[in-house]
Amino acid sequence: MSSNNESSVNKDLMENKGKVKAKEKTRDDAVVKNYQSQTEIHSHPGTIEPEGFDVKAVVPEKRKSQWAEVWRRLIKNKAAIAGMIVILILLLTAIFADFIAPYHYATQNLENTRVAPNAENWFGTDNFGRDIFSRVVYGSRISIQVGFIAVGVAMIVGGILGSVSGYYSGRVDNVIMRLMDVLLAIPGILLAIAIAAALGPGLVNVMIAVGIASIPRYARIVRASVLSLRDQEFVEAARAVGANDFRIITKYILPNCMAPIIVQGTLGVAEAILSAAGLSFIGLGIQPPIPEWGAMLSTARVYIRDAWWMSIFPGVAIMITIFGLNLLGDGLRDALDPRLKG
Amino acid sequence: MLKYIGRRILLLLPVLIGVSFIVFTLMYITPGDPAAMQLGEQATEREILQLREQMGLDDPFIVQYGRFARGVFTQMDFGRSYRTNALVFNELLSRFPTTLTLAATGVIVAVVIGIPVGIISATKQYSLFDNSAMMFALLGVSMPNFFQGLVAILIFSVGLGWFPSSGYATPMHMILPALTIGTSSAAMITRMTRSSMLEVIRQDYIRTARAKGQKESKVINRHALKNALIPVVTVIGLQFGYLLGGAVLTETVFSINGIGLLMVNSIRMRDLPMVQGGVLFIALTFSVINLAVDILYGFIDPRIKAQYK
Repeated sequence: MSSNNESSVNKDLMENKGKVKAKEKTRDDAVVKNYQSQTEIHSHPGTIEPEGFDVKAVVPEKRKSQWAEVWRRLIKNKAAIAGMIVILILLLTAIFADFIAPYHYATQNLENTRVAPNAENWFGTDNFGRDIFSRVVYGSRISIQVGFIAVGVAMIVGGILGSVSGYYSGRVDNVIMRLMDVLLAIPGILLAIAIAAALGPGLVNVMIAVGIASIPRYARIVRASVLSLRDQEFVEAARAVGANDFRIITKYILPNCMAPIIVQGTLGVAEAILSAAGLSFIGLGIQPPIPEWGAMLSTARVYIRDAWWMSIFPGVAIMITIFGLNLLGDGLRDALDPRLKG
Repeated sequence: MLKYIGRRILLLLPVLIGVSFIVFTLMYITPGDPAAMQLGEQATEREILQLREQMGLDDPFIVQYGRFARGVFTQMDFGRSYRTNALVFNELLSRFPTTLTLAATGVIVAVVIGIPVGIISATKQYSLFDNSAMMFALLGVSMPNFFQGLVAILIFSVGLGWFPSSGYATPMHMILPALTIGTSSAAMITRMTRSSMLEVIRQDYIRTARAKGQKESKVINRHALKNALIPVVTVIGLQFGYLLGGAVLTETVFSINGIGLLMVNSIRMRDLPMVQGGVLFIALTFSVINLAVDILYGFIDPRIKAQYK
């Protein structure tokens, strides 16, 4: 096919109004496809539509953004979809806990303690006769709060430290990164235990403890991304037009390194929920009667021999939540960076 | 190579000092008067003031830290327990073998499961085996090990009666804790081995090995495995460290008298020097293990060896 033919048809496509009959349908097909791939024009009213050929079907309305492409890849991944459904159910459970749970989480019934699962108490009752199903349902609120707030705090603080470190390099970078090395030298759960031991038990303190323990990870990721983008031409261009450092970092660099941060964030929420449950399990986290899954397991440990339901249901709740977040996190990683896919 | 080892050791020192500073600061900001805690509720104000002076608690923060760090790094002096007045270091040292054994058996479980499964998964990518192995690995990562411990007790101790549910006296006692603590690491190692192996078997030299007619088993075992396992070694080292931290939870589940359980009990009784010592001791061990892994890495990775020739 000659290039003259192509350009003349392309010209027609752009300028002419009304319909023209295509002589050779197959040739036109090829021409339009070729045209689309070369210029990715936007279809608009008045564009010539050769007979029997729907240009709109081939030429996209608008060029897809990077995020639309990521979304397309993500929803193709069955595991990621499963993860999303789990998280969605968890969120809905947390929001509508008041309607879902048949009892209040602290309602005791001392005549009905450690009753096995039955029609009235689906997951049985605990040592104070509280309905375990209701407590597991309310527990989703606590886990979501701890997971998202702790990771939010860690992301913000780690993000600031990482960007400053990566952008300015030199001495600032050295000081911040050595501090991060020191924090990383203490195993995460142990650091969280040490912080929680110092601050005392409680929901807010657990969030702080878990949050601080995961700061170094975000600082490192953001730093690495900022370092790789700092000297790119678009950043130089921003600098040339007079953008200040804050604007360059927040407006130009950070939006371009969101991929690894989002992936780490999703997996981080899972780890934060696990750590918080671990802290509650050893009595350092959320205190009764608040229905935290880890704290429920801690009580259940004593009754493991005669009330298995006390440990199984909160444990399975933690497991499904973490599993969903991990599935989604893995799916996001593959969707954001297909090169990493194994 | 000596230069490399020397450099690594030098890099470790500031980290260790930093760790001791953070741990000391955390305990310093903990509410409560250490002197009052040590003397108990019946102590008079005069006695408390006397002990505060004796312990140097009225000195500036940095002086107190200096004293603590000097004690730790020159004489292994981690202070004394508020509760029993025993030397913290001796208490930790007496329980260290238990915690170390627990972590080590966990690593063995993780390696024995993780590496072969990872290799088979990579060589049979997207097969039924691979898909199920990856699903189990993800489940392994998702299951909190304290919950897994409880389930193990429920099935194997309460249900089947095969293993004891608490203590650490005989090899039979060690099996459930080792499986419990090792599973999530096994999952991590499986995933790491698989992805590392996949990366290696796509390289040109593997294609060359196959092209010259080498048997597939030899291609995998002799050519691919050597390079694929280099990053896995780092992960194993890191996992060992995490297991030392995770031992706190596992020891609580199985009532194993190691450093973890000691720390949990000390936290409950507000015995700060013991908590401080425990965190510091495990962090120091973690750093030394990482150092050992880095050095080992230097030996097994010819690229690092070449840099320091």
